[in-house]
Amino acid sequence: MSIAAGKLRVILFGLVQVLKHTARKYPEFAARVAEHDVIAQIKAKDENLGRWFQFKGGKITSGFGIHAKPDVAIAFKNARIGASLLTPPFNWLDQINAQKDFTMTVEGDDGLLNWFAQTIMLTQSIGYDIGVPQADGSTRYCNMANGGPLFVYVKDGKIIRTTSIDFDDSDPQPWTIEAKGVKLTPPRRTTLAPHGQNSKAMVYSPDRCLYPMKRVDFDPNGERNPQNRGKSGYVRISWEEALDLVSSEIKRTKKTYGPGVMAVSHGSHHTWGNIGYYLSALYRFRNAVGHTAVHHNPDSWEGWYWGAAHHWGYSLRVGQSETYGTVEDCLQNSEMIVFWSADPETTSGSYGAQEGTVRRQWLKNPKLGVKIVHIDPFYNSSAQFLPGKWLAPKPTTSVATAMAIAYVWIKEDLYDKDYVASHTIGFDKWKAYLMGDEDGVPKTPEWQEAETGVPAKDVRALAREWASKRTYLAPGGWGNGHGGACRNQTGIQWARVMVCLIAMRGLGKPGVNMGNLQWGAPVDLNFYFPGYAEGGMSGDIEGTSLPVELYQRMPQLPTMNTSNQKIPRIFMPEAILEGKADGFLWNGKSIEHQFAKVSYPAAGHAPVRMLYKYGGSMIGTMNNTNRHVKMYQSENLEFIVNQSIWFEGEAKFADLVLPACTNFERVDISEWAALGGYGHHGQQQVNNRVVIFQAPAIKPLGESKPDYWIFTEICKKLGLANYFNEGMNEIDWVKRQFEASDLPKHISWKKFIKKGYFVVPTEKEHLRAPVSFRWFWENRAKDVPEPLPLPSDYSGEYLKGLQTQSGKLEFECNSLLRANDPERPPIVKYEPSWEGTHSGAMFEKFPLQLITPHSKYSFHTQGDGKDSYLLNIEDHRVEIDGWHYWIIRLNPLDAAERGIKKHDLVKVFNDRGAVLCAALPTSRLVRGTVHGYESCAIYEPMGEPGKSIDRGGCLNLLTPHRTQTKSTHSLAGANALVQVEVWNGKVEHMSEAFAKESPPATPMKRELAARPPDPQPASFAEYAPAK
Amino acid sequence: MSKWNMIIDVAECTNCHLCTLATSDEYVDNEFRGYSAPMPKHGHRWIDILQKERGQGTMIDIAYVPTMCNHCDDAPCVKAGRDGAVTKRADGVVLIDPVKSKGQKQIVDSCPYGHVWWNDALQIPQHWNFDAHLLDAGWKQTRGGQVCPTGAMKAVRIDDADMAAKAKNEGLQRMNEELGTKPRVWYRNLARFNTAFIGGGVAKIVDGLVECAEGATAVLSKDGGEIARQRTDNYGDFKFDGLAENSGAYVVEISDGGASRRLDVVLKDSVSLGEIRL
Repeated sequence: MSIAAGKLRVILFGLVQVLKHTARKYPEFAARVAEHDVIAQIKAKDENLGRWFQFKGGKITSGFGIHAKPDVAIAFKNARIGASLLTPPFNWLDQINAQKDFTMTVEGDDGLLNWFAQTIMLTQSIGYDIGVPQADGSTRYCNMANGGPLFVYVKDGKIIRTTSIDFDDSDPQPWTIEAKGVKLTPPRRTTLAPHGQNSKAMVYSPDRCLYPMKRVDFDPNGERNPQNRGKSGYVRISWEEALDLVSSEIKRTKKTYGPGVMAVSHGSHHTWGNIGYYLSALYRFRNAVGHTAVHHNPDSWEGWYWGAAHHWGYSLRVGQSETYGTVEDCLQNSEMIVFWSADPETTSGSYGAQEGTVRRQWLKNPKLGVKIVHIDPFYNSSAQFLPGKWLAPKPTTSVATAMAIAYVWIKEDLYDKDYVASHTIGFDKWKAYLMGDEDGVPKTPEWQEAETGVPAKDVRALAREWASKRTYLAPGGWGNGHGGACRNQTGIQWARVMVCLIAMRGLGKPGVNMGNLQWGAPVDLNFYFPGYAEGGMSGDIEGTSLPVELYQRMPQLPTMNTSNQKIPRIFMPEAILEGKADGFLWNGKSIEHQFAKVSYPAAGHAPVRMLYKYGGSMIGTMNNTNRHVKMYQSENLEFIVNQSIWFEGEAKFADLVLPACTNFERVDISEWAALGGYGHHGQQQVNNRVVIFQAPAIKPLGESKPDYWIFTEICKKLGLANYFNEGMNEIDWVKRQFEASDLPKHISWKKFIKKGYFVVPTEKEHLRAPVSFRWFWENRAKDVPEPLPLPSDYSGEYLKGLQTQSGKLEFECNSLLRANDPERPPIVKYEPSWEGTHSGAMFEKFPLQLITPHSKYSFHTQGDGKDSYLLNIEDHRVEIDGWHYWIIRLNPLDAAERGIKKHDLVKVFNDRGAVLCAALPTSRLVRGTVHGYESCAIYEPMGEPGKSIDRGGCLNLLTPHRTQTKSTHSLAGANALVQVEVWNGKVEHMSEAFAKESPPATPMKRELAARPPDPQPASFAEYAPAK
Repeated sequence: MSKWNMIIDVAECTNCHLCTLATSDEYVDNEFRGYSAPMPKHGHRWIDILQKERGQGTMIDIAYVPTMCNHCDDAPCVKAGRDGAVTKRADGVVLIDPVKSKGQKQIVDSCPYGHVWWNDALQIPQHWNFDAHLLDAGWKQTRGGQVCPTGAMKAVRIDDADMAAKAKNEGLQRMNEELGTKPRVWYRNLARFNTAFIGGGVAKIVDGLVECAEGATAVLSKDGGEIARQRTDNYGDFKFDGLAENSGAYVVEISDGGASRRLDVVLKDSVSLGEIRL
């Protein structure tokens, strides 16, 4: 016998002993061993040697050699390969290569093999010592919510409490910034967003899906009754029946119709954790099965992607800029911050809890001498927290305010002319437009006052003050975009004009930059831990940022969807109901990728007939969502499965509900605010980088299961289980992610899972990331630590200049000159909203402008509803006669005019639908504007779904789904015209659009037809490329 | 002996509600024997954040004020409770015994602050007990104090003389001190909640355009006597703050160069006078 054969023989003998020992020691493992009677063979083909393992009635027997009739087998090409692959610690690249090279193959039933492989892997993890025992008999675990890291105290299998994390003595000391003689250091702890502290209520919500459920009048072999979705009840079924149903429907629809027949639709967010995240497990599953992707619009970026990117690039950041070093620069060098449609105190940046709050609180120190200005139709939470001048433009109009500021700077010679000359192109064209040379209308403060309602004198005063101070411009929640005005009808113009303003001030000079202290904290960014958008275990090298770094660090089987069909998400109802929908691509590789069309159906593909839906957030978060009700009740969807944690929103429209568990009931690993991909280095939002081992604090409630388990079990019925999970348990992937990161250089796996968290050591002051755009201002090679834009997108030398064609900030955008798009002229111009004060008859009928910004207490639908603690917050919902109503805010005079008093039940409505809300008169809004958060979890029609008043608070029933421009797949629905009146007690609301029985004509077309032709700029002809 | 006090900074409260959520997290579905029975999921506001919106137009501000059981040293609830149901501990904490207090609804009625809550299901009065079970287990902060992102809510354990000195030096106030129950919850910047302002924006015509009048003088008078004087900022704004609500007639006189305006104000709630054109 060769040495390798001998080694393999010893390893296999050892494996038997390990299996038997583990079964003796852990009853849970013994129970698993008893699940199947199976004979499994492990062998080396070349030497024809091996060992068989028999599991029978919970007993394990084994023998050397080749069994005559094994049920399943794992075969190595030879003993050397077998011995190498079975010797811990496992080299994952070798494992993957062996599968790709077919030097490791499997035989027999996929499900049994997978069970055998997972059983072997379980011997490694079952004894892990997790959590820290407490004096009161509880155990302290850690977890990560979308709202921040948590200690989770568990006693007798129940979560007792969840708290933010106070660091212990062994954790590092935080950084210090010295600014204007003041030393600024963040506290040694983590913070939470409100929804993070709501976690326990979300876990133990009575709205949890606890069992697989089938709609009572859905018969896969008979009447399916799609018209009753959202109306009929459910009956509990077994997991076996549920798995059979979903897997047989996948097979049936594919065989009947062809590839792409199943659409997969998920929300924009999920419960936190790199392995269980939708971009990880779901993406691996959906690629393995094949699907029509529901292609997302860049939902919180919108105007930045479709607009700002043309001026400065950053397509891989979806049009938002680099943010490095800006906390230090802002505190040390700036004298003013202009918050423009920016409310970080409400939005927490993205997953940043209240880390930015801690830093912004420093701005109240008079020694720093930073003045604050807020521009927003709503006196938002950031304005409340950071007192300063408040300008309140009517929704969608502040583009005009920005132009008037630029006008004053030009008129009074107050901008940085040297910078404009050396670092930008096309300014003269824009200047001509602003001064009225082009269209005869100078964009004066008085001109903007007529449009915005902001006094001209205040705009002049702001323009002059801005010019006299080194100023940070802070648009959106991140301070460089995100949320806010980029999501309404003029969002593209707004994001564009923001870049133009900062370009006139000398972007990159000390104290002149984009930011509001939400991003740009001086943490160590060289320490690698993957963000969620890096795809976890997805293997998806096209749809995630896996190829950038994680794929090399965590080798895994690649996955690739074979269907080339996509549905542009905004028009999903049209795709299903009318069989046709057009949109445009969200792909950050270059600026120009966005010009590519996404058309459904794709040539030669099957129409979508099955929907695999993840959760119930769409009705609350998409626009004009009575369309979705209609879609769900369409017979064009033969089968809808919804894998959901909570029974809410459109989960109630599914034929089959698969109960998923929360991240507190399964294992995972993650870093706080680590986005990756489109949000590269999102950890700049936090004061201390914290990586968490997300321990399963409790067992899954009811029969709910981890998504990973659900996908594995479905895959078993499709023969895909070993491809899906590589024979591993969820925790093995977690360990693989740990090993792929820089964590092992600092902490052992054993210590990490015991303690539950790791605080990344603080960066030395002289090694902190440089300030964004400083390199650009100083004409140096780019030196901030982001691997973008891609090398071929530099026009000149690599790392010299921006991604734009000129390498400079472009007032006149070369990419838009080439695109020849009348709605996005090469220079930014003001075009009033198509749903606003210029909307004529519609504005007369619905005279109030409703804004629907991101919510303060819930994270979109997460945390809302679910009978959670958030319902007790009167600025979130208010209880009236036993029901918690959504809040609608309106100016006291508008309220009085309508006879509306505080907490009256009011009907908020337009032709798209009606929502019952509780009124809150408040001076936080100027007249004519009403405010309600954008995304409730509850859709509760009081009568016929789609045709009655909703009392859940779904204001997105009322918002337009039309895109900002025809040539972009851009959400525009953060603003809508509505009327508000005291509720008369009637539940019917037959809107015009839904009065007809037949599906409406594509609303996109109808609305465009009703609108006057788009004005062709006089000067447009000269931009058109020569034919 | 040192005793517990709660100090709340009204200027730093953002209404994030982490303190109320943490309190729900701690008490809903949890029983702490000898301290507290579970809190109902809805209906009780052991910590209740009051709010005050001041002003009109675009000159407004909002104050948020977390309120809770004041752990009064002269607590009416201690007197109202029978059979030792409500006790005052040596560390200042008032405890309502979840067993002994059963059926004693009069304890709820005794609190002038409305911060004892009736649990209908359990038939007991309940309150925020300073998270006494956690303090006794060594916690240095309450749940609300631990999680507060801005440090607006902080528990301190010092003796009464030091606390009195601290209150005097730092201008701390107690809610409705006139009730005489000697609360142990103190507020910084409470004026943002319980006083009013008179403000406005001064404008003038320069070269045919309306401009903000920076550097104009605004004088506030009452009963013929000057109370305060300000220079307008670059937006022409002035704001006289800290005035008593419902304090009657005031006169605001604006002057800039040769021009002047006089405005009469009867103050109830805060007043934003809007644009004042010279």
